[in-house]
Amino acid sequence: MADKLISKIPDGPLAEKWTKRKSEIRLVSPNNKRKLEIIVVGTGLGGASAAAALGELGYNVKIFCISDSPRRAHSIAAQGGINAAKNYQNDNDSVYRLFYDTIKGGDYRAREANVYRLAEVSAAIIDQCVAQGIPFAREYGGYLANRSFGGVQVSRTFYARGQTGQQLLLGAYASLNKEIAAGTVKSYPRHEMLDLVVINGEAKGIIARNLVTGEIERFGAHAVVIATGGYGNTYFLSTNAMNSNGSAAWQCYKKGAYFANPCFAQIHPTCIPVHGDQQCKLTLMSESLRNDGRIWVPKKMEDVLKLRKHEIKASQIPEEDRDYYLERRYPAFGNLVPRDVASRAAKERCDAGYGVNETGLAVFLDFADAIKRLGHQKVAERYGNLFEMYEKITASSPWEEPMMIYPAIHYTMGGIWVDYDLQTTIPGLYAIGEANFSDHGGNRLGASALMQGLADGYFILPVTIGDYLSHKFAEPKTDTNAPEFAEAEKAVKARIEKLFSIKGTKTVDSLHKKLGHIMWEYVGMGRTAEGLQKAIKEIAALKKEFWSDVFVPGENGEFNQELEKALRLADFIEIGDLMARDALNRNESCGGHFREESQTEEGEAKRDDANYMYVAAWEYKGEGVEPELHKEPLKYEFIEVKTRNYKE
Amino acid sequence: MDFNLKIWRQKNAKAKGHFETYHISGIEEDASFLEMLDILNEQLIREGIDPVAVDKGCKSSGPVSFDHDCREGICGACSLYIDGRAHGPDDHVTTCQLFMRHFKDGATITVEPWRSSGFPVIKDLVVDRTAFDKILQAGGFISVRTGSAQDANNILISHDNAEKSMDAAACVGCGACVATCKNGSAMLFVGARVSSLALLPQGRPEAARRARAMVAKMDELGFGNCTNTRACEMECPKGISVEHIARLNREFLKAKFSE
Repeated sequence: MADKLISKIPDGPLAEKWTKRKSEIRLVSPNNKRKLEIIVVGTGLGGASAAAALGELGYNVKIFCISDSPRRAHSIAAQGGINAAKNYQNDNDSVYRLFYDTIKGGDYRAREANVYRLAEVSAAIIDQCVAQGIPFAREYGGYLANRSFGGVQVSRTFYARGQTGQQLLLGAYASLNKEIAAGTVKSYPRHEMLDLVVINGEAKGIIARNLVTGEIERFGAHAVVIATGGYGNTYFLSTNAMNSNGSAAWQCYKKGAYFANPCFAQIHPTCIPVHGDQQCKLTLMSESLRNDGRIWVPKKMEDVLKLRKHEIKASQIPEEDRDYYLERRYPAFGNLVPRDVASRAAKERCDAGYGVNETGLAVFLDFADAIKRLGHQKVAERYGNLFEMYEKITASSPWEEPMMIYPAIHYTMGGIWVDYDLQTTIPGLYAIGEANFSDHGGNRLGASALMQGLADGYFILPVTIGDYLSHKFAEPKTDTNAPEFAEAEKAVKARIEKLFSIKGTKTVDSLHKKLGHIMWEYVGMGRTAEGLQKAIKEIAALKKEFWSDVFVPGENGEFNQELEKALRLADFIEIGDLMARDALNRNESCGGHFREESQTEEGEAKRDDANYMYVAAWEYKGEGVEPELHKEPLKYEFIEVKTRNYKE
Repeated sequence: MDFNLKIWRQKNAKAKGHFETYHISGIEEDASFLEMLDILNEQLIREGIDPVAVDKGCKSSGPVSFDHDCREGICGACSLYIDGRAHGPDDHVTTCQLFMRHFKDGATITVEPWRSSGFPVIKDLVVDRTAFDKILQAGGFISVRTGSAQDANNILISHDNAEKSMDAAACVGCGACVATCKNGSAMLFVGARVSSLALLPQGRPEAARRARAMVAKMDELGFGNCTNTRACEMECPKGISVEHIARLNREFLKAKFSE
């Protein structure tokens, strides 16, 4: 079975691989494109841009989303920006540097060829977005403005205030609307994919639930594209939207698509701390704040205790009694170290007892210096809306007192395994954006998620999918009366009936919180073999509890949000199990995955390249059977693999 | 904090709706309005689980359905009419960014769905806003094919125009403007999109066609006319100015003259 893991990376020099692959890919003529149907699931940056680009090419596209409109997808919440190797700042940026920063930021656990391609197409994304009318920030001369971001030493991030994700998504959504108007794309909002249909080993359609009527519907196609984002909500509390879920990807896994590096989850350093146990969602403050904000905790324990009792304010603590721990530990990058490094450093200070709020789980992000240096107006232009948002939530003004922040789950680098063409181990099934695993290795750099979603959707998938479809145009439309569709539909209906029939005593949310506690405790920022084994046991017990004691009110034939949540939680529980297994297998620290057994004397992450320089791709083997691990070795031919160093 | 919640319940689009009142206690003042509804729903679900509560006459209609997603004020999904105001008593926020500290302890809070013929109720507080998608499909885009764009810096846009365009582009498509307007007009929504694109050189070639098509679609879908009360601007969670309606009117008139 290991032969399924063929990455299809083209031979030749790094900079020529994508060109080479494109020239090999067979074309589909316009009259044949009209005969071909493609299903795209998800309408975030990846899904919306892919559907729009495929529609422009002349394919027949059906696009599905769980929201009432494609515009609500969670890409919309990305704040800070999008990277591109334009070198508009003349600061010696290049495709190579963007590639190198991304590979290094990912702690050498991503594929060279994929990451290089990402950097290569990045510039065209900005061109495309500007042409769509996205109001990026401008200099007074009318040229595009840039800012810098964590993990890099150049300014290559394009932005639209603190709403870059929103603007990019509205651009992709506008292009999607253009194609819906042209009749090449048909949109199915409030539809949730509940199963993948595989016929003769190839992806041929999906089973979806109409979230308004509860109807279970069949949709056939010549190829299926999964663009449903990540599985960060496994942790219950995360910065993901409430409805973000891993179910579509998980159903693909259960139908035979390998799932890669599930343990690579990103914990974002700048989130608003948890305020109590009634909370269900954490709010991210853009990483761009670290450009000008300085992160610190008090040096003296007495100050910490006074802060917690509200006897003093942060601004009253003198400069010499502040520990700017990122600047102290990482002089070269300071407050702009990558996310994983910044998160662990915050945890280290809080574990040592220096956390600054009542719960002891918060550090300061201070703008006093920036306001002095740049003036009120400049700071307001850069961060005004973020300051406002923070104040709305916490009732404290960042103009007067530093923000309080703490790390939270934000993004999952792991996902469905794909080859260089973004095809999964199931022919005809593709995965793009956060839903796949391919470009960020063990840690994603800021402003790179938007870049990847749009690179995959606008420029990569529409080309590579042609290679598969060029063999399919003679095939008739997929028959949704095929027995495989009937079986999949039956299984989905049975799953739903089973959930209603349990009539237990636990609400879905109460069980999800329980899962979240297990995950954050044992599969969170610091992981140990012992803890992970415990997590696997506790998750197994939780799974039993869920399937014997959950209560789902109402019925299927109606708008039923509890049923939606229950179906998603059933999958989150299984995803949590695989994450723990993967984390247990990877006995090294790399990127966002920190195994406490594997650290340097200074407490930095210690990779084990000799034993773990591979992509861990897991194969589903059936209910109650342990999944099988396949390894795709990572080869670095063009760069030297080093220990990440943000100190010098 | 304790509250009495008077909430609109409606089983589906065809059923007749009614208010039900629930009591909720122990809410933290830092909790958001939607977190408070989450807690209410846990309570309502538990009442359904607990046969004693049901015997005591609790006629549970089950949890209250409401649209929500990002809970960061940006996706535009949440859409509640609270105590007679779209997105509740705080200014310039969506419901998910409304916090309970804005209410008096012990208050009775009335919660309704958006009410507009353009947005039929699906269930309880959930409405159908696909009309907004349809308006945008009529012309709320620039017809650029993927891959045909020139270098981004070849198009110069003044800082001020980019900022103004961004002000309009901040619209989250929640529908508060329509729900607030006594005429059920979608002019602020349409104006924001038309204006945002009209301010940019890339948007000019299709400006006339866009204004005509989007206004025609808005009329066709049954949204009302603008009578300049500016209620929409007051209640817009993103503070989008009616100057964008004015720009829409200019664009629309220009388009008429160019016919």
